[in-house]
Amino acid sequence: MRRLLLLFLGLLSTPALAHKPSDSYLKLALEGSTVQGQWDIALRDLDYALGLDADGDGAITWGELRRRHGEVAAYALSQLTITVKGEACVHNVKEHLVDQHTDGAYAVLRFEAHCSKTPERLGIRYRLFFDLDPQHKGLLNLTRGGETHSAIFSADQQTQVIEFVAVDRTRQFLAYGQEGIWHIWIGYDHILFLLCLLLPAVLKREGNRWRALTSFREAAIDVLKIVTAFTVAHSMTLSLAALELVVLPSRWVESAIAASVVLAALNNLYPLVSGRRWIVAFVFGLAHGLGFANVLIDLGLPRGSLLLSLVGFNLGVEVGQLAIVSVFLPLAYRMRHSWSYQGVTLRYGSALIALLACVWLAERSLGMDFF
Amino acid sequence: MGTAARYKSGRSRPLGRVLAIIGFAILCSASAGAAPFIPDRDEQILERIPTRLSATLIELRALRLRLAQQPSDLSLATQLARAYIEIGRAEFDPRYFGYAQAALKPWWDLPSPPPEALVLKAVLKQHGHDFAGALNDLEALLQQNPRDAQAWLTRAVILQVQGDHRQALAHCVVLIYLPRSRFLGTTCMGKSLSLSGHADKAYHLLHELLAREPDARARERLWAMTVLAETAARLGRSRQAESYFQQALSLDLRDAYLLMAYADFLLEEDQAARVTKLLRQETRVDGLLLRLAIAEKRLGSASNDHVASLRGRFAASRERGDKVHLGDEARFALHLLDDPRTALELALANWETQREPRDARIVLEAALAARDPAAARPVLEMLEQSSLEDVPLAALAARLESVR
Repeated sequence: MRRLLLLFLGLLSTPALAHKPSDSYLKLALEGSTVQGQWDIALRDLDYALGLDADGDGAITWGELRRRHGEVAAYALSQLTITVKGEACVHNVKEHLVDQHTDGAYAVLRFEAHCSKTPERLGIRYRLFFDLDPQHKGLLNLTRGGETHSAIFSADQQTQVIEFVAVDRTRQFLAYGQEGIWHIWIGYDHILFLLCLLLPAVLKREGNRWRALTSFREAAIDVLKIVTAFTVAHSMTLSLAALELVVLPSRWVESAIAASVVLAALNNLYPLVSGRRWIVAFVFGLAHGLGFANVLIDLGLPRGSLLLSLVGFNLGVEVGQLAIVSVFLPLAYRMRHSWSYQGVTLRYGSALIALLACVWLAERSLGMDFF
Repeated sequence: MGTAARYKSGRSRPLGRVLAIIGFAILCSASAGAAPFIPDRDEQILERIPTRLSATLIELRALRLRLAQQPSDLSLATQLARAYIEIGRAEFDPRYFGYAQAALKPWWDLPSPPPEALVLKAVLKQHGHDFAGALNDLEALLQQNPRDAQAWLTRAVILQVQGDHRQALAHCVVLIYLPRSRFLGTTCMGKSLSLSGHADKAYHLLHELLAREPDARARERLWAMTVLAETAARLGRSRQAESYFQQALSLDLRDAYLLMAYADFLLEEDQAARVTKLLRQETRVDGLLLRLAIAEKRLGSASNDHVASLRGRFAASRERGDKVHLGDEARFALHLLDDPRTALELALANWETQREPRDARIVLEAALAARDPAAARPVLEMLEQSSLEDVPLAALAARLESVR
């Protein structure tokens, strides 16, 4: 009966209780590879765990707390683990202070955690007091630079992983731009295709012979048409494929690219298409774009800034392309009269390229490596 | 991976204002002199443990250490848990509920804990306002132990809070027929009757009960007197209500629920000065501090300290993700912050889980102040359905109608 008596009044609609449940306040500030910590822990809770009232007079004094500082720090920090890439950061205590919160006095523990490297991701495991009071919560406030993250540790959620997603969009854009430039410079098939189409730009076909053009402007316009057509085409398919709106097997794509190089090269030897090379550029540009897309997909597009990265990459390709063309055009124009250009570069060069591209074609379509 | 959302609020924008207030409150309390410091004297007292508790706590510490040696000792664990729950309730201090829960750890997550542990688990859930969880646990318990008076009583009380008076009444009736709980069962029944259209009957029932059983246990009589006083207040019988409240106080048993009910009655009767006298020392209990602050404001002697303190407490509660204070927060917003829109949002959120007359009241008051009678419709409907007799509440409802 006594038991019933003791509890029944606890069953009345409970008023909002005075004191609050147990919380600790953990503030972490990440500076490079060091975490600066300030941990506010209620004296009541520490007293419950460790017994701080040495003289049993019902009051916890600064002196009583001070004498147990080492123990308090050891106890608390043993329940907190900060890890970077699986490695625990090493704590060291800096100082002890005191502060007031809404439900009484708290011990304030200031410490540092030295991590082995500058983290992009911080793992924190918090276990303080859960064995003594499963309703305790650890309120985390983590900052890095201007970024703030908050989280609540509880008996059911003892671990938190905080990611610092450095969304520096400009840097991301430039990074993808750089990749674009790089991939066209190492993209020999793309370059060769383009060059094959551009080689005759400074010449004019007359009957069976090539004649040097007299107007730079005419050459430039031709180059412009070809480059623009190529750009437009590959931008389109690059975007479509990178966004996974068009998906074609990469073997086909690579083979098509190789084939395009063969045909472009052969066209210089047996000119089928003369004045409308820009159409060729466009049509095969579509295939080249798909090739670029594969590269981009391999690089990975960030979910959060998909379009930005795509545009960046594309622009990078154009910039790289532009660089090549702006070196090629004046050079070609200068040399257009010479035999070394008309004979060697154009004829033999194209033949070699055609041969090379045939090898590529065979490799890619058959899925083999000859060299 | 990622961070846990601190405020899980998908509500409409006005609640954003609450968050702003709370955030600002946190900011204020953070900057306003709450900087850590190093005391200059060893003798400086940082924290007090209530002396009336010291002996008990020392005893309990010894018990706790014994339990640590044999954590699966059910009788030791439940003894410790009950002791902590008693202190938690008497001191209005939720930390003790946490300690009690720790004692019950070996059985807490079991699919069918032993009844002694299960009933305590339900009590703890009820204190944490996990009413659904508590009800489920008690149902399971009652299936195994259909004569467990404690379980019937706890369930009845939760159902009363939720406004399910028909079921609550059935539970109270069962209690009356269980050994040694007739007095409690009758009081329980009286409460349910008073809330479901039989207030006059309830009044006489309780009055008779108290007259007939002068030797019943003091705590049980206290509860009966409190219910009777509240019933009288709702019926508009102010003189009788005052008398019963005074009788309850004269029992000299510390009870925050009684103080809150009396303070609400006095505020309704426009006796703010008596509220300040009654609650002058009561600054630790949030609900009492709130009523004290409201009374002070009515008297024109509003205390910034009290308001700031309340702000901080609600902010701290919000920060840890608790939602047990919504009714009080709503009253705080309405009467002390003069923010009816926020108050209305909070009051309606509170109404989701708690449907006692005082919960209805804050919805109506806030709706009136915000001139938004439509928002109060769920409350008005419920009042009609349950035939609640509550003179002040009816007056509020009438005023709300005239705003339409």
